[in-house]
Order: sequence, then C-alpha cells, then structure tokens
Amino acid sequence: MSVLQAVALMLVAITGTLVALTREPVRQAIQAGFFGLALTILFFSFQAPDVALSQLVVSTVAIPVMILLAVAKVREHERRERRRGAREPERDR
Amino acid sequence: MSARLRLSIFAVSAVALALVLAYGLAGLQQFGHVDSAYGALLARLAVPARHATNAVVVTAFDFRGLDTLVEELILLTAAIGVVALLRIQRGEHSEDDEAHQRRARPDPSETLRVAGAALVPATFVLGVYVVAHGQLSPGGGFQGGAVLAAAVVLLYASGQRFALRATRPPPFAERAEAIGSLGFALIGLGGLIAGGVYLRNVLGQGTVGELISGGTIPLSNAAVGLEVAGALALIAAELVDQALFVRED
Repeated sequence: MSVLQAVALMLVAITGTLVALTREPVRQAIQAGFFGLALTILFFSFQAPDVALSQLVVSTVAIPVMILLAVAKVREHERRERRRGAREPERDR
Repeated sequence: MSARLRLSIFAVSAVALALVLAYGLAGLQQFGHVDSAYGALLARLAVPARHATNAVVVTAFDFRGLDTLVEELILLTAAIGVVALLRIQRGEHSEDDEAHQRRARPDPSETLRVAGAALVPATFVLGVYVVAHGQLSPGGGFQGGAVLAAAVVLLYASGQRFALRATRPPPFAERAEAIGSLGFALIGLGGLIAGGVYLRNVLGQGTVGELISGGTIPLSNAAVGLEVAGALALIAAELVDQALFVRED
C-alpha cells in the first residue's frame, strides 16, 4: 500500500464523515462533491482509471446538481405555500 | 426512544461491525493478486485477439457486450422514468415566457457566462476524445458520455440556456439517447448477421495503437457515448425545467 493510496483512503474517510455531519442540504451537496473527488483519487491510485473517470463526472457534477435542483424546487414550493397561507386570513376580514 | 439509547445501540452495533469487517478484510488477498483464470485469460487475449490496448473496454464492449447492452438500457429506463415523472401535469404550468423570465430571473453575470463559454467547448472536446480513444486508453463509451453530459450541465450552470430563452428540454438529448441505444443493438445485430453470433466482432481488427482498431469496439463506444450523454443531459434538463420553471396554477 503506497503513501498515495493510504492518503486517499484517509481523505475518503474524512470527507465521508463530513458529508454525514453536515446538516444543511446545500452544503451537503457541495460536501458530496468533495467526497466524490476524494473517491476519484482513491480509484485512480488503486489502478482503476475508468471507474475514476465515471466517478468524477457523476459525483462532482450530476449528484450536486440534482440535489440542488430538488432543494430549490422544494423551497420554492414552501415559499408559495407560506405566501398563500399569509394571504388567506386577509380575505376573511 | 431517547437519544442516549439510540447512541448506545449505535455504539454496540458499530463495534460489532468493525470487528466483523476487520476479520473479513484481514482474509483478503493482496492488492493486485490474480486468482481468476478468466480474468487472466481476458487480459492476455485483449491485444492479440482484438488489437486494442484497453482490456477493460474490450471486456465491456466485446467479450461481455451483452452486459453492456443491458446496462445502457438501465440508463435509458431511468431517463424515461424521469421524463414521465416530471412532465407538466394538470394543475401546473410552465413559466417560460419572456415576461416571467425577465422579471423573475435577471441575466446571469458576465463572469459566469464567460467561464461557461470557456469551459463548455473544452469539456465537449474532452468528452469526444475519451469516447474515441476508448479502446486505446482508459475511458470508453460510458466515461466519455458522462463527460459530454457534464458539458451540457455546465451549459445550464453558466446560465447560457436562460440567456437563450430556450428552456424546454433540448431535442438533441432525446434523439442522441435513442440513436445511441438503437445503434448499439443494431451493431450486435450486424454481428449476428455477419458472424452468426450476436455482438460478434466482425470488422477488421486494425493495427494496435491506431484510432481505428478493435473492430466494432469504436462503433459500440460511439453508440454508448451518445446514449449516456443523451440520457444524462435529458435528466439534467428535465430537473432544471421542473425546478425553475414549472409552477402550480
């Protein structure tokens, strides 16, 4: 096990734990991107460059984008519900 | 269930998991130890039989091509599922006309658009390179297709599509996906017609190290690259449309 492989394993462990410990979804998405980057280095150092290529794109581009878009949609929905709720009492008067 | 009880249960099971994991990992072979005759055979055959230096791609697109065919159908199904789920339903509408957009979403910053203008062509060229050199260096259809899809996602992220005021999922994504998956199936059919076995490598193998080598492998790479790029771009486009433009009535 070379130094690079050991360092990559440590990085994966640290960033993975940080993803689980981050609370806010937007921050978690960015943290997941870093986790994917660490995994890419890990796969590359263990002589699996094809897997590393796929992991790089999926985990740093596709996953954060999907998470952020879903969070945006949910927040927009909540904002509209709140606005609709604030408008209702005024109409009863 | 109180937090302390939860934590103690977690601690006990974590210790048990750690012990079992350590015991299992200790019994593993050394990294790089070759124990499988099939794997050694494939690695030995890749260059002489197919004149292609990337044994992984040769295995995925030639020796085990049927598995790849089914795998790309998984991606196709996922894309179809996303499109079906995120279609505009009764009680929703799409706010993609000019007035709404100008009000709700100002033009993206110049920096973002310049960064996108610089990154998107480079990523696109890199994706085409990875697909084309699948049989020579690490990469291939899936990886190159993913990089191409990343170029499309960058296009959205840099705001170019909003600047273009064109928001419906781009037709090229669906067409690329369809052509790619059909193309791979047809290449297999060509192998059946010409060689008697589905997905048989029937074209001339070419010279080792050249771009045109490995018979049908470059063609399969291109087909799968198109399919993966189309599917991922379609999923991204649908999500962007749903998150930013579709609203309830």
